[in-house]
Amino acid sequence: MPTTTDTLPITSGDDVVRVRQKVRVRATEIGLSLVDQTKLITAASELARNTLDYGKGGHADIETVLGDRRGVRVIFRDRGPGIPDIPQALTDGFTSGNGLGHGLGGARRLVDDFDIQSIVGAGTTVTIARWKR
Amino acid sequence: MDSIPILKIGSALLVTIQVDMHDQLATRLQDDLTEKIVQHRARGVLIDISALEIVDSFIGRMLANIANVSRLLDADTVVVGMRPEVAITLVELGLGLPGVKTALNAERGLALIGGVSAAGEAADDADDD
Ligand SMILES: Nc1ncnc2c1ncn2[C@@H]1O[C@H](COP(=O)(O)OP(=O)(O)O)[C@@H](O)[C@H]1O
Ligand SMILES: [Mg+2]
Repeated sequence: MPTTTDTLPITSGDDVVRVRQKVRVRATEIGLSLVDQTKLITAASELARNTLDYGKGGHADIETVLGDRRGVRVIFRDRGPGIPDIPQALTDGFTSGNGLGHGLGGARRLVDDFDIQSIVGAGTTVTIARWKR
Repeated sequence: MDSIPILKIGSALLVTIQVDMHDQLATRLQDDLTEKIVQHRARGVLIDISALEIVDSFIGRMLANIANVSRLLDADTVVVGMRPEVAITLVELGLGLPGVKTALNAERGLALIGGVSAAGEAADDADDD
């Protein structure tokens, strides 16, 4: 049962900071542990930066999930070039820019749920969630 | 544009990162530090990140870049005050921060930097521009 969703644009470095802050507020409200909060916010930061750097900007939907499982879900969407080879993009050390290549794979390790959908020429959607335990 | 103050302590430079770093600030810090290492013939750079709630690969890359440039200029880089939850997260992210030494606090960080004997000396603000 998702509650209200915050939709934030990601078109600048400052927007990446705002996404982190909003995710922190949600994670604190729902009572994620400090380590879990930190992991979720770090993953969100990596994905927001990818949306900006590679997806040519987009937005993040941030929602609190209540019910059997309580947690925070964040969906990153862009209408950028898409990812031709997702397993390669998830491999540590792979970057098509000048990054460290740990963002996507690292984000996957830092959350409980991770889903990536990408269509070349149409865009990329990455969904992450971290649940209260 | 704002910048991050760089303090001189003996033959080391101390930088305390207090804000949520954005891109220009990170670039500016790298440039300013490089300049000050040369200007003060600094042997070490201490970067206090105890105020940082997260370190992602953007910040990780900045720290690694600073360490690389410092090494070329014959200065050691020590990151001090990393929060435990940040350390746990960095490991899972797979960022070992190669070339970056770490210490629990600034005092221990200073001790790690070779040739720094003036740790007790009054810190004079080197960022007077
Ligand atoms: N939203 C996106 N749109 C297009 N390509 C992407 C997107 N996110 C990631 N990628 C691709 O996946 C690669 C790996 O991403 P990541 O692991 O975050 O490393 P880095 O950001 O350091 O390049 C990127 O270099 C890029 O080629
Ligand atoms: Mg990335």
